[in-house]
Amino acid sequence: MSHLLEVKNLDVKFDTDEGRITAVENISLSVDQGEVLGIVGESGSGKSVTAKSIMQLNPGNTSYNEDAEIILDNENVLQFTSKQDLKKIRGGKVSMIFQEPMASFAPAIKIGAQMVEQLLIHKNINKEEAKSISINMLKRVGIADAEKRFNQYAFELSGGMRQRAMIAMALSTMPKLLLADEPTTALDVTIQAQVINLIKDIIKEYQMGVIFITHDLGVIAQVADHVAVMYLGSVVEKGPVNEILKNPKHPYTKGLLQALPDINNLDAPLSPIPGNIPSPLDRPTGCVFRTRCPHHNPEGKDGKIEMKLIEVEPGHWVDQCGIKCGQNG
Amino acid sequence: MGDNLISVNNVSVNFDYQENFISKKQKIHAVNNINIKIKKGSFFGLVGESGSGKTTLGRAILGANKISSGNVIFHDEERDYDLTDMNKQDLKEYRKKAQLIFQDPYAALSPRMTVRDIIAEPLEVMRITNSRQETDERVRDIAAKCRLNIEHLRRFPHAFSGGQRQRISIARALVSNPKFIVADESVAALDVSIQADILNLLKQLQTELNLTYLFISHDLSVVAHVCDVVAVMYLGHIVEMGPSRELFKNPKHSYTKALLSSIPSIDPEKRSEAIELKGEIPSALNPPPGCVFRTRCPNPGVDCKGGEIKMGLIEVEPGHWVDQCCAI
Repeated sequence: MSHLLEVKNLDVKFDTDEGRITAVENISLSVDQGEVLGIVGESGSGKSVTAKSIMQLNPGNTSYNEDAEIILDNENVLQFTSKQDLKKIRGGKVSMIFQEPMASFAPAIKIGAQMVEQLLIHKNINKEEAKSISINMLKRVGIADAEKRFNQYAFELSGGMRQRAMIAMALSTMPKLLLADEPTTALDVTIQAQVINLIKDIIKEYQMGVIFITHDLGVIAQVADHVAVMYLGSVVEKGPVNEILKNPKHPYTKGLLQALPDINNLDAPLSPIPGNIPSPLDRPTGCVFRTRCPHHNPEGKDGKIEMKLIEVEPGHWVDQCGIKCGQNG
Repeated sequence: MGDNLISVNNVSVNFDYQENFISKKQKIHAVNNINIKIKKGSFFGLVGESGSGKTTLGRAILGANKISSGNVIFHDEERDYDLTDMNKQDLKEYRKKAQLIFQDPYAALSPRMTVRDIIAEPLEVMRITNSRQETDERVRDIAAKCRLNIEHLRRFPHAFSGGQRQRISIARALVSNPKFIVADESVAALDVSIQADILNLLKQLQTELNLTYLFISHDLSVVAHVCDVVAVMYLGHIVEMGPSRELFKNPKHSYTKALLSSIPSIDPEKRSEAIELKGEIPSALNPPPGCVFRTRCPNPGVDCKGGEIKMGLIEVEPGHWVDQCCAI
């Protein structure tokens, strides 16, 4: 069966005044219908850039490599150039939910008007129908007084409510793929729990594929089926969520798990990953993690081992340098 | 009273609010009747959702917000300072002894000053040092304690990552040799791997420099790890307070229970046992009468339905205080 989305060998580079920056290197991912792929990593690891390339939302100084493919529904998105084609993916087949819902609604246009506008662009319907679809969607995501909210502005809603409205707007065009970029990070824990449950229900109901980007491993454990762990633009480990969180192989994944304060085990010391993420301008050669790796694989130290994912267990892929480092400790 | 550093007695903070110039003036009850004692050398945690009044309380203790009623006493070695009754001279002294670390290390540092100037600024403003040489010495000393290199001091903040910037903020807060630090969401903007590093640094500095912290955070697992006493706030009230281990193992208030259950578990097999709270935190303009939590309470007792039970903490176990509505 072919995947809903397949990203193959994607590199994303930005041309800046300081030189060419590699934001993402050689990434391959796939998402099936009704499946949630979680992408975790620290800031600067290229999570959002990857998601944005699927909708071609990266800025003008972006270049992709020629052999990269992003296959959505049997079409290579990277070859789309005309506005007509791009419209099909942006908001049509693919929708995105952002971290900061205040920044993603236009502040001076009513929420209802924004929802109707995008429906008119993507669906062949009239205003009245668009309005009723929008209101139903607002009700579906648990907004009380949907008719009243429809005529309000974004600043009149609370944070959790705005995020629900954002989800309603993203879903009303019935996309096949939903990109959720840190959708719960700005919310309080109790509201986060509500929004996570809502997203899970909706995925079940509409059977869409989801890419869920977050830095919070706890959130990943709650929503994702598969996980890809990213570091400095590369996927260092990927596989089923259970495998990755319970049986991590790469020292970076292990480090992330150890740095996380666990409320059920208060005696465990917090162990940070030493050092800082290097600037993308001086990206290490070979294994990108080697400058911070706690147990160097002696061969990986000088950066001669190339990054390459190897399948260690069915479906569980780990970078080849990381496998050896992981075995040492 | 010998071992307390800060006593907060019946403190309330209200803000005036007027929707527009013809409407009636209203009061926002941001913080209501708070009583806490912060022991010397403790790591006191304050948790709650946004809008619960954590930051307002922290700022009130520092004298940065006006206290509407009640008082805050800072027990220094030689004398006690009463924050509500302080002259300018006292306030200056107090500022040296109580400092704040901010949340966002990107916004807290001036991009036009070198790291050295940023750290030295409190010394100059408060006229603590007498010569440039002395200032430099203290800056270098505190920078080393916060694990910054000497050559970092000549650079500007843009050259640093989030974790390093937060270390600069910490160095600036500590340079005046304070005794009391309010850390307001100081690790919230950092990545997990860096967050652990900053938490360990705060802990280490605490023993090295005899510091007392008020640690404000919305992240319960962080608070559980570093704090020894925790107070849970909701809508301007403390609903539960106690030694952190006891409180997290044996939460009594239904709000604390709900908060704890909402933390997403790292175990994929333990999905969603969250006690889902309906709705959101009510507006502080007109908080519900009686128990402020009852509009969202998953299991309201028969008695509190009407809001007849007033807010008030009861000691259920030594040192463990719970709001009376849930304690019954």
